[in-house]
Amino acid sequence: MSNLYKAFDHGKAFIGFITCGDPDLETTGKCVREMVKNGADLIELGIPFSDPTAEGPVIMDADKRALDGGVTTDDIFAFTKELRKDVKVPMLYMTYANVVFHYGVEEFCTKAEEAGIDGLILPDVPFEEKADFEAVCQKHNIDLVSMIAPTSENRIAMIAKEAKGFLYVVSSLGVTGTRTNISTDLRPMIETIRANTDVPCAIGFGISNPEQCRNMASIADGAIVGSGIVKIVAKYGKDSAGPVGEFVKSMKDAIRDL
Amino acid sequence: MTNPNGRFGDYGGQYMPETLMNAVIELEEAYNHYKNDPEFNKELNDLLNEYANRPSRLYYAKKMTEELGGAKIYLKREDLNHTGAHKINNVLGQALLAKKMGKTRLIAETGAGQHGVATATAAALLGMECLVYMGVEDMERQKLNVYRMRLLGAEVRGVPTGTGTLKDAVSECMREWTSRIADTHYCLGSVMGPHPFPTIVRDFQAVIGREIKQQMLEKEGRLPDMLIACVGGGSNAIGTFYDFINDKEVALVGAEAAGKGIDTPLTAATMNTGSVGIFHGMKSYFCQDKYGQIAPVYSISAGLDYPGIGPEHAWLSDIGRAKYVGITDDEAVDAFEYVSRCEGIIPAIESSHALAYAMKIAPTMDKDKIIVVTVSGRGDKDVAAIARYRGEDLHE
Repeated sequence: MSNLYKAFDHGKAFIGFITCGDPDLETTGKCVREMVKNGADLIELGIPFSDPTAEGPVIMDADKRALDGGVTTDDIFAFTKELRKDVKVPMLYMTYANVVFHYGVEEFCTKAEEAGIDGLILPDVPFEEKADFEAVCQKHNIDLVSMIAPTSENRIAMIAKEAKGFLYVVSSLGVTGTRTNISTDLRPMIETIRANTDVPCAIGFGISNPEQCRNMASIADGAIVGSGIVKIVAKYGKDSAGPVGEFVKSMKDAIRDL
Repeated sequence: MTNPNGRFGDYGGQYMPETLMNAVIELEEAYNHYKNDPEFNKELNDLLNEYANRPSRLYYAKKMTEELGGAKIYLKREDLNHTGAHKINNVLGQALLAKKMGKTRLIAETGAGQHGVATATAAALLGMECLVYMGVEDMERQKLNVYRMRLLGAEVRGVPTGTGTLKDAVSECMREWTSRIADTHYCLGSVMGPHPFPTIVRDFQAVIGREIKQQMLEKEGRLPDMLIACVGGGSNAIGTFYDFINDKEVALVGAEAAGKGIDTPLTAATMNTGSVGIFHGMKSYFCQDKYGQIAPVYSISAGLDYPGIGPEHAWLSDIGRAKYVGITDDEAVDAFEYVSRCEGIIPAIESSHALAYAMKIAPTMDKDKIIVVTVSGRGDKDVAAIARYRGEDLHE
């Protein structure tokens, strides 16, 4: 059974994203532990990429800060291994195809598995291109998480049927980043997903406050928050752990009774 | 040469966010329909001939040939096209296709500004809205083209992220397209990005090579021995090569930007210094570090200043059908000045890379050999930058 399912075992899941090495790995480690302490059910660790084409300015800047600080994929493997000693919730890596491909998919997945990683999200690897990555991921007990977007329409069933771990439902058009309003009617999408798979689904992109988090979690199995957390890290730098923890608590509290 | 899933050998593919998948699929379906539609082709041909000034001349560079003392040199004069470069061939095709698809808005990236100007031109002609992304570094290098685009009614948005050059403008276009798809076509300027772009752009640029073949047969009664074209993403090069791929006796040479030299970090010579990767929608060669982070690249030419290359070129290189050589800034600038003085033709700094290779190779070839160099664009836009390169205090 997928380790990622565990995140959805006890009610609606709160999934938090953070860019590794922004501003340094020590801070990332403190933030992750605070996120878990305050109720995060799954942690997405972003491996920074030089040219993140699916990200908005908030995560783009975080990637730049992290890379300017010198963090590498190897540093992140070592960091994750250390983190795994006390962090028990499922964790996955979110990065871009080239980071995995150039490292060597086999080599990358071997090290990710050793580090205790349960899943992988590659926003620039759609259904049509996933086979080469997925085969290796499966061998290493890593779920390659698929995404579904408001434009997926006739593709939803196909993607849902082969989904592993959970389905990442993109809330609206555009890149990552906080939005004042999420106007997409996601219910029909979720219904189509449910009709085609038992794999849980979580909604992400643009969720920045407890109310949005509650709205999204009420129609899906969980909510994913990235830019909202990364923004706090941008503001507080090395002192981010406290504010990140408080933010996660406010989001998780908003979905506990659902 | 494209196989069914958009691959050239192992290269190419569709490495795109899910949000854009239906958009590229819709584009592929529309293209497959219209490429065989006689009415579409007639309309496009009329635009190419009556509006863009095709066919372009195949000019025998007699003085250059005699001075260099080797192979006979012909110049394929894409610089004489409307808007001053080969870019218009692709843009008219894509804009017309977008219009047939019901799109009302074009977005485009540009490096040197040639593709942006061509897109702004087509948008003006066809009554479409136009937004061009350009790296802030390139806007500084190519101020006149920025003004030209605005004059044509386009909005030009500067991209300050990354290195502020072509790759960042491509990334920004992809982000923009993700947020607005229904009325918008991404008019990609080179044979790169996700399938079907490398195929569509190649097909629209293949007119260059088709004309060369016909003109060469008329003038010389035989095929040339070598074709040379500059390569950034590689659209004028693939357009030049495509009709000759099966003519094995014709050597195909792409001249890429070596910047300060392929043994320095200040280079954009993807084939000579890069390795296989996945970026901007495609699997191909890229300049990158050991962790797959895309490397900042450098060339005097804003149009060749890109860390990747089209997937069909990657494949042609792997199978040994085409060869890719690095040309430094110095060599390109020398060629820019030489061809200006010798033939009275001021070539684009991009095209000067191809001319520089011709200057090197022609003297080593017999006089009965024939080289065709594609002059992909004209150099008016580069005059001020070259003057500064030579130490003159000249600003636009």
